[in-house]
Amino acid sequence: MVKADRVIDARGAYCPGPLMELIRAVREAARGDVLEVLSSDSGSKRDIPAWAQKAGHEVVGVFPEQGYDRIVVRKAR
Amino acid sequence: MAKDRVVVVGGGTGGTLAANLLARRGVRVTLVDSTGWHTYQPNYLYLPFTDRVPTGGGPLFSRRVNGLLDGRVETVVGEVTGIDHRAGRVQVQKGGSLPYDWLVLAPGTAYYPDEIQGYREAAHHFYSQEAALCLREALASFRGGDVVVGVTTIPYKCPPAPLEFTLMLDAHLRRLGLREKTRIHFLSPLPRAFTIEQVSEMVAPIMEKRGIEIHTFFNTESVDPGARVVRSLEGDEVPYDLLVLIPPHGGVPAVRNSGLGDRSGWIPTDRHLLKVLGHERLYALGDATDLPVSKSGVAAHFQAEAVAGNILAEMAGRTPAHAYTGRVLCFAETGLGRATIISFDYQHPPRPPFPNRVLHWAKLAFNVLYWYTVPQGRVPLRGVAELEERRGSVGEEARVGH
Ligand SMILES: Cc1cc2nc3c(=O)[nH]c(=O)nc-3n(C[C@H](O)[C@H](O)[C@H](O)COP(=O)(O)OP(=O)(O)OC[C@H]3O[C@@H](n4cnc5c(N)ncnc54)[C@H](O)[C@@H]3O)c2cc1C
Repeated sequence: MVKADRVIDARGAYCPGPLMELIRAVREAARGDVLEVLSSDSGSKRDIPAWAQKAGHEVVGVFPEQGYDRIVVRKAR
Repeated sequence: MAKDRVVVVGGGTGGTLAANLLARRGVRVTLVDSTGWHTYQPNYLYLPFTDRVPTGGGPLFSRRVNGLLDGRVETVVGEVTGIDHRAGRVQVQKGGSLPYDWLVLAPGTAYYPDEIQGYREAAHHFYSQEAALCLREALASFRGGDVVVGVTTIPYKCPPAPLEFTLMLDAHLRRLGLREKTRIHFLSPLPRAFTIEQVSEMVAPIMEKRGIEIHTFFNTESVDPGARVVRSLEGDEVPYDLLVLIPPHGGVPAVRNSGLGDRSGWIPTDRHLLKVLGHERLYALGDATDLPVSKSGVAAHFQAEAVAGNILAEMAGRTPAHAYTGRVLCFAETGLGRATIISFDYQHPPRPPFPNRVLHWAKLAFNVLYWYTVPQGRVPLRGVAELEERRGSVGEEARVGH
């Protein structure tokens, strides 16, 4: 399992909260950092990977957990 | 208990109503506002498109806040620079410190243009009087080219305003015969034009029909005034001749400096009871909060009712039980004399009707009626709004039938 450099707990936040939180974290992160978003908003598992792809970052995976998703992204540029 | 003093910080839409509702029930209230003026900000949206609004004199679309307040409310004009909740005092610039038993925070938002490199040199907006007048000048000398309208950071005030502005701009350029010489770009940080999916689905086809190009997943990183391009975090670039970017928003400095805000300066607030999380005798409402609803006057209005109700309950030794339901309701202009209405709460997403003329006139009427209703809480906004909503959906059916 990839170890995250930073976990962003956005559970309980609505769209677009989790995506905007991730974007902020990506701005602050270094290239190569792994960021993990925890989101209970069902739109996140669609929107976050779509954004990461568009922005040229690597989607490590989307992992369903109890009542939320864990979405892992590696900052690639 | 009867002598308890409530201090309200901010004399805008939310603070003024909360102060009035409390004073009317016999509570001792002091309201502090940095300017002493109460401004009806929605009118800024129209300012770039009209030269009928005279400038000079006091601030536009504004009245003195003490004229809107119940005579029993004490008004202090001065900027709150610090809040020491443990000591029960707010620091007022040049005014010493003001003690309180209960504090209501309603200072609205601040803008942080320097978060985007190049913003100050190149970008216009319409979120303040000065900026809207500047934009009006720029628009008056515009002769065609690329116009870019963009949302930068989320959240920002009145989420539909950038879309409204874009559609009004399209109509404006058509009237001047400049539309064919202009490309209009709309930048959204999200995968769609608007935060709320249902609204996006309604407005995207309208924008497409008007020839407005939507750039999604565009998180503005910097503006290059030399090359006249705006660049995104995602690596895209859009050229501009006229650039309109919603300024990055955040909490006001007083909140940030007092450690009461989150990283962006928004006040962590209980979604229903509106108590500031982790504190007693401290409430927050309106744009200054971190509530997951649109930063809008309408939300501030409904929240003021809940805050006043809860403080009165607590003063009487009861458990606060006035819940804000997440209710938001906005008329949104779509240009060409039409408007729609966006209404929702924590439980129910909006179902905006197709834009029609009735709602446009309702919005214009509301812009005037505001002064006689909202600050006083005189007309139950909820009732008016629901009536308009029903009329709106009738209009929709009539249009679809043709
Ligand atoms: C272009 C535009 C269009 C809009 N259209 C709509 C619309 O159609 N419908 C709608 O519902 N909303 C609309 N809004 C949003 C609406 O104006 C705000 O959401 C609303 O005013 C929020 O109320 P508030 O009481 O939280 O803050 P405000 O009304 O902003 O009031 C805050 C007050 O606090 C004062 N203050 C700030 N800091 C301090 C301090 N440190 N000490 C003392 N006083 C302080 C300020 O001077 C101000 O008077 C629009 C806004 C804009 C900019």
